[in-house]
Amino acid sequence: MSDIMTAKELCLWYGSSQALKNVSISIPEKSITALIGPSGCGKSTFLKTLNRMNDLIPEVKITGEVSYKGVNIFDSSVDVCELRREVGMVFQKPNPFPMSIYDNIAYGPRTHGVKSKAKLDEIVERALRDAAIWDEVKDRLKKNALGLSGGQQQRLCIARALAAEPQVLLMDEPTSALDPISTSRIEELALQLKEKYTIIIVTHNMQQAVRISDNTAFFLLGELVEFGETEKLFSQPKEKRTEDYITGRFG
Amino acid sequence: MLKGKLSGKRKAYITAMRTAMLVSTVLTAALVLFLVIYVLIKGIPNISWELISTKPSYLSDKIGILPDIMNTVYIVLATLVIVLPLGAGAAVYLTEYAKNKKLVGMIEYAAETLSGIPSIIYGLVGMLFFCQFLNMETSLLAGALTLVIMNLPTVMRTTQESLKTVPQSYRDGAFGLGAGKWRVIRTVVLPGCVDGIITGCILSVGRILGESAALLFTAGFAHALNGIIDGLTSPGATLTVALYVYAKEQGEFGVAFAIAAILMILTLLINLSATLVGRYFAKRRNV
Ligand SMILES: Nc1ncnc2c1ncn2[C@@H]1O[C@H](COP(=O)(O)OP(=O)(O)O)[C@@H](O)[C@H]1O
Ligand SMILES: [Mg+2]
Repeated sequence: MSDIMTAKELCLWYGSSQALKNVSISIPEKSITALIGPSGCGKSTFLKTLNRMNDLIPEVKITGEVSYKGVNIFDSSVDVCELRREVGMVFQKPNPFPMSIYDNIAYGPRTHGVKSKAKLDEIVERALRDAAIWDEVKDRLKKNALGLSGGQQQRLCIARALAAEPQVLLMDEPTSALDPISTSRIEELALQLKEKYTIIIVTHNMQQAVRISDNTAFFLLGELVEFGETEKLFSQPKEKRTEDYITGRFG
Repeated sequence: MLKGKLSGKRKAYITAMRTAMLVSTVLTAALVLFLVIYVLIKGIPNISWELISTKPSYLSDKIGILPDIMNTVYIVLATLVIVLPLGAGAAVYLTEYAKNKKLVGMIEYAAETLSGIPSIIYGLVGMLFFCQFLNMETSLLAGALTLVIMNLPTVMRTTQESLKTVPQSYRDGAFGLGAGKWRVIRTVVLPGCVDGIITGCILSVGRILGESAALLFTAGFAHALNGIIDGLTSPGATLTVALYVYAKEQGEFGVAFAIAAILMILTLLINLSATLVGRYFAKRRNV
């Protein structure tokens, strides 16, 4: 399998405090990569670097390189909007817009110039089906999305991201605000989605990483300590620090 | 222990405080009620269809306030048309675009100060700047522009406050889908703060209706009936200015009270609509 995103010696500073230190990693496409590590170790920061959401924070300084399909995403010729369309994001807290379910899903395609009603209808239905929420909302597409339950809202946000037709889906602890049933639905969903998409998921929950991911990256204090096949990383970690973490000795 | 009796002194103190608060509540309510009822009783009998549908005539010695009503409408419209985009635009720039937070703080402080200045000073400056320096002479437009300066801080501040209530997560969501800055503002941020803009708008209308000092020097006191274009370029009195003129210069207290009653009713309607708009948006937000 080829790699779709690669980071090389990536460093990131918030003002004067360094949040990422020399991170180098290659993410294989059409697979699930889990990012684990104690809180504050830079998982979200790393994830947000991949679609340049960090650009929105003032005083962020970045060195090193991240390439997507062979193109350095920090290159001045890169269209950030296009990058974010191809590298979509699902946030920790479900954040549907205060508009109808339909308009939420159509937001991405409309942003990227799709105007035809028929085309939008088709995209909306496909995205909602892909996110396994179509049956629950098909009769209330015109209703406000804020009326959905937390778990439904998160699947709606996944559908919203899918509607922009991304290649990569970044998920930042997408289940941490959800109940166990919604959590397992989203895990199943992630497993289905990896047929078509590359998923990078931050998780606090190590069982979750084991259940769904193909590869796992362990971060500590801004460093990528170990990266490899999930099964191997959890059964025979190479690094002492990884072993300490996965056996619950800290964090 | 917990049920220990209050000492006599403490009891007397509590009773005294309660009574004092009750008395001040009753006094306040009575005062407001008296004022409203007094104005309505004195004013409503003087309101006639003829009064509000004609212009004054010296030949037949009749008074009509239609020109003043129209002038009020023109000045409200002209002021809003200018102040809303300007104030909301400034607010969007300051909260969403401006990088220099220190400068933003200074501008906010200046705006706050500006909204506390007595309106007669705006009138004076308006007269010197718009009427004389820009050669607009005494006209509704000069009055409207003066009111724009007066209301700009209000519109800007209310819009800013409501921009700040739009959750960051909406912006993140939209940026994350590849929307550009302006699209994010237009589709996600501004719709979330319409209520703030409307509140600013309603507050401004209330202030415009109540304003006399800033308009006396700038818009003048003519009672000519004009269309909106001619109206804006010629001098004219709004209802509040007309009230002042009729009461103070012509001793027409009947007409003055009629206008007062009309203004009072308008103010009540405006406050009511402000409440309704607020409720409407609060409801829409929580569906
Ligand atoms: N916007 C920010 N400004 C300054 N420091 C930040 C910001 N976001 C995160 N940090 C810091 O960067 C470090 C990594 O944070 P984060 O990536 O959120 O960790 P994680 O997601 O692994 O919990 C933390 O020390 C955090 O305090
Ligand atoms: Mg995080």
